[in-house]
This record gives sequence, structure tokens and C-alpha cells, in this order.
Amino acid sequence: MARAVSTRQKSINTAIAGTLALLMFFPILWITILSFKTEEDAIRAPLEILFGTGWTTESFAAVQARSDYFKHFTNSVIISVGSTILGLMIAIPAAWSMAFVPTKNTKNVLMWMLSTKMLPPVGVLVPIYLIFRDFGLLDTRFGLTIVLMLMNLPIIIWMLYTYFKEIPGEILEAARMDGATLREEVLYVLTPMAIPGMASTVLLNIILAWNEAFWTLNLTAANAAPLTAFIASYSSPEGLFYAKLSAASIMAIAPILIMGWFSQKQLVRGLTFGAVK
Amino acid sequence: MSTKASRSAARLMISPAVALLLMWMIVPLVMTVYFSFLRYNLLSPGDTPWTGWDNYYWFVTDPSFQDAIWNTLRLVGGILLITVLGGIGFALLLDRPMFGTGVIRIMVIAPFFVMPTVSALVWKNMFFNPVNGVFGNIAKSLGFQPIDFFAQIPLLSIVIIVSWMWLPFATLILLTALQSLDQEQLEAAEMDGAGWWNRFWYIMMPHLARAITVVILIQTIFLLSIFAEILVTTNGGPGTATTNLTYLIYVSSLLQFDVGMGSAGGVIAIILANIVAIFLMRMIGKNLDA
Repeated sequence: MARAVSTRQKSINTAIAGTLALLMFFPILWITILSFKTEEDAIRAPLEILFGTGWTTESFAAVQARSDYFKHFTNSVIISVGSTILGLMIAIPAAWSMAFVPTKNTKNVLMWMLSTKMLPPVGVLVPIYLIFRDFGLLDTRFGLTIVLMLMNLPIIIWMLYTYFKEIPGEILEAARMDGATLREEVLYVLTPMAIPGMASTVLLNIILAWNEAFWTLNLTAANAAPLTAFIASYSSPEGLFYAKLSAASIMAIAPILIMGWFSQKQLVRGLTFGAVK
Repeated sequence: MSTKASRSAARLMISPAVALLLMWMIVPLVMTVYFSFLRYNLLSPGDTPWTGWDNYYWFVTDPSFQDAIWNTLRLVGGILLITVLGGIGFALLLDRPMFGTGVIRIMVIAPFFVMPTVSALVWKNMFFNPVNGVFGNIAKSLGFQPIDFFAQIPLLSIVIIVSWMWLPFATLILLTALQSLDQEQLEAAEMDGAGWWNRFWYIMMPHLARAITVVILIQTIFLLSIFAEILVTTNGGPGTATTNLTYLIYVSSLLQFDVGMGSAGGVIAIILANIVAIFLMRMIGKNLDA
């Protein structure tokens, strides 16, 4: 039974929560505003910026001209989407077999896969760096794609497993009874039912790969650098150019912000490994 | 019911994932452990003699190691305190009836999707900068001397930046947990005359306990590895004021090219993370049975 709540109480809640939410969101809002200002205006006092300056899109053009933004954007897209697709190709069969043909080892295998995620990346920084150097993978999109795929593989498998688990096994049995081969079963029965779950898995993994900032910073230089590393190059002295830094930042986070808003719920499942639903 | 054929097919289908993860875990791990016993510096080519526990000895007795451990603990502790308490507060607030729930929720959660290098640089320049930053401007307009964040309170500055990213995470998880709470229980308690505090403490908190534990454990795993935020703001300084264990290992391996020393640090980091991981895995494992 829903409780009746007075409009007054609701308005008070809205005011309090809205103010706090605005404070949390303020840095993003602020760089959005700054990105549409000129450099001279962007370092004025906050109130002057808000009420006394004009708008311009010159910073966006400047970022592209000066540092080849789209090259890094393309790198980010290739690395995050590539690692997710590769990961899916390996994870779908694995999750399928664990969800529908469980053995007494399934739980242990799942837990072991998860435990690889607990390894701090810095613990294997040296060997990975040396392997990359010796195989000529440093500063290549290929190398980074592989590493991010391996980083996120446990999460992809885990998420798919929990989604597959929710599909009733009887439906698959019925298909099998009707003479569907394994391939047909996976392709025509399982996949359509699993699409929503797979979509959220894809979304979450693109977000994680896009924002990954340990391997991307340590294994890339100029060529394969995705946006995380590109923005890091603004740490000095370009960081003092507020409008350009803001424009670059907004362009780097906007695609993921939008995807993130669509995947809030799945995020909880993916990041807690199903411990909170 | 699984047939013999489907079982072997299943084994075949799971093997690429197992093989890859096994390789990803075992090969670098064995290499790290092996390197940690060698005198191996990329700047001095030639042989790499076995040195036993020397690397560990020098790594652990280096004063910057103690600073790094201490900083790591303060970073993790400070951020956990802010995000868990703040997260509970936000979750309770957002769970109440209000207008525009969707928009408000989105604004609170948004910072989690901002990549670490962006949030670090934005806070460093647009907010913490004593001359042009927002905080500096506010302080000046109120007649105070602006704080030079990274010079005066470097570690706290990092705590603020990272908390901004993880507070939404804690909020999101705790809010999800709160929404699975049976409303009738709360109403029954209210009818029996339980005040807000009693309802919170005796009904909501026990219900949230599990989610809070999960938040603490998962965040700890990630927070032990804070790196980008330090790299683009302070470079571990001033001195070693913001050097955590991850950053210290980065410095010895990729800046000083001391593979042996960096690897010894890596082994120590793995052991520390594993202590946390054991508890987390146990909680997740329990949930898998249920």
C-alpha cells in the first residue's frame, strides 16, 4: 500500500535532494559552461562567468586543431568496443555452459574467475610492461584491447551468467526435444531471450573500458592513447587553459555519461557481482 | 537434464575463457614473483643475479614505503568514511517521495561515469586552484585567504576528488538495497509507534548491512589501486605526501626502471589486496548458494 504523502512534504524533499544533487553535479555543469567561454572569460570570478560573458564554441575547434582529438576519440572507441566484443565472444559460450550445464565445479570456476579481478593491476605492471615491450605491443591499440578484454572478462562472464541463470531451462529443453541442435538452440532460442541482459553487459563493459586509467596510462604514448591518456596530457601547462580543458573533458565524458544513465540498474549487478540486486 | 554430449560441448565452450584467464593470472604473477628475487634494472643491462630477499628488504625499509602504506590507509579510510556515510544519507534521501526523481538521481550518479583523469584535472584546476579556482574565488569574496589545496592539504585533496567519484557508487548500491526493503515492515513499525530513528536503526540498517559490507569491500579493492588521480595532480608529492603503494611501485618500476624492486612491491600489493579479497569472495560465494 502506498502511503499518501502531502505535496508539501514532497516539495521539501525535492528541494533538499535537488540542492544536494546539484552540488554533486556541479563540477560537470561547471565545465560544460566553461567549455563555451573564451579563455579570458573562463578565468573570471564565477558570478561574472555566469552572468557577464558571451558564449562561443571556439574551444572545441581549438582542441581538435591543437591535439587531434578525434584520433584519441577513435582510439577510445576501438579499444573499448573492441575489448567488449572480444570479451563477449569468449564469455558467451563460457557463461552458457556454466548456466545450463552446471557441474559440481561450476561454482569454484566462477569464484576463481572472479578472483582474477581482485589482483591489483600494479602487482603485474612490470611483467606486462616487459612482455609488451618485447612483443612490440607498447602503444598499440591491439595490445591495449587485449589487456582490457582480460581485465573485464570476469565481469562479462559473471554478468552473463546471472542473466542466463534467469532464463528458464525448460524452454531450452523444449527446443532440444523439438530437435534443435546445440547451435540452433543457442542462436535462435537463447540469444533472443538473453538480448536485454547482453545489452547491459555490453554497456557496462564499454563504460569500464572507456574510463580505465591504469593500463591506458602506462602502456600507451602518442599513437594508441585513448581519451584517458589524452586528457592526462593536459595536466600541465595546458591545464591552465580552462576553456580548452573543459571542452576536451566534456567531449571525453559525454558519450559515457549518456550510456551510464541508461545502465544504472545493470551497473549495480555488474559491479557487485550479483551480491546486491 | 544434461546429456553426455552437451557436457563435453560445455567443457569445450568454457575452455577458452579458463585458458585465457589462467594465462593472464599465472604468467605475470609468476614473473612478478621471480623478478622480485633478482637484481634487475633496465638501465643497467647485463646479468640479473639472484639476490634472495634483498629487494623486499630495501623496499620495506625505505622510508617512502612506510609513508606509502600510511598514505594508502588514510586514502582508503578517508574515502570509505565519506562515501559510506554520504551514501547512506543520499540513499535515504533519494528513497523518499519527491518530484523529478529521475533527474535528481541522474545528477547524483553522474560523477561515477567521469573518467579519473578528467575528474582529477577538473578539480585540480577549476576548483582547487587558489587563484582562478571556484573555491579560491569564494574564499576571496568572503574575505578569506584562499587555500592552496595541493600544497597545504594534498592528501585530503585526493580524498575529495576520489570520493566525488565513489559517493555515487555507494549511493546507487545502497539505494538499490533500500528499495528492496519491505515497505509493510516499516509501516507496521510506524503503527506500533516506532519513531524515525528506531525505524532507521532497527529495520533499515540491518537490511542495509549486507550492501554496506559489499560497498566497503569492492571500494577497498579499487581504492587500493588509486593511480591516475595522483599521477595527473601531485605526482605523489609534495615529497611523498600523496604517494600510495600503487604509485610507489609505479615510480620504482617505470620511472627508476628497477624491475626487481618494483616486483617486490607488486608482490606486497597483491598480498594486501588478497586479504580484502578473501572477505569479499566469501560474501559473494554465500550469495551464489542462495
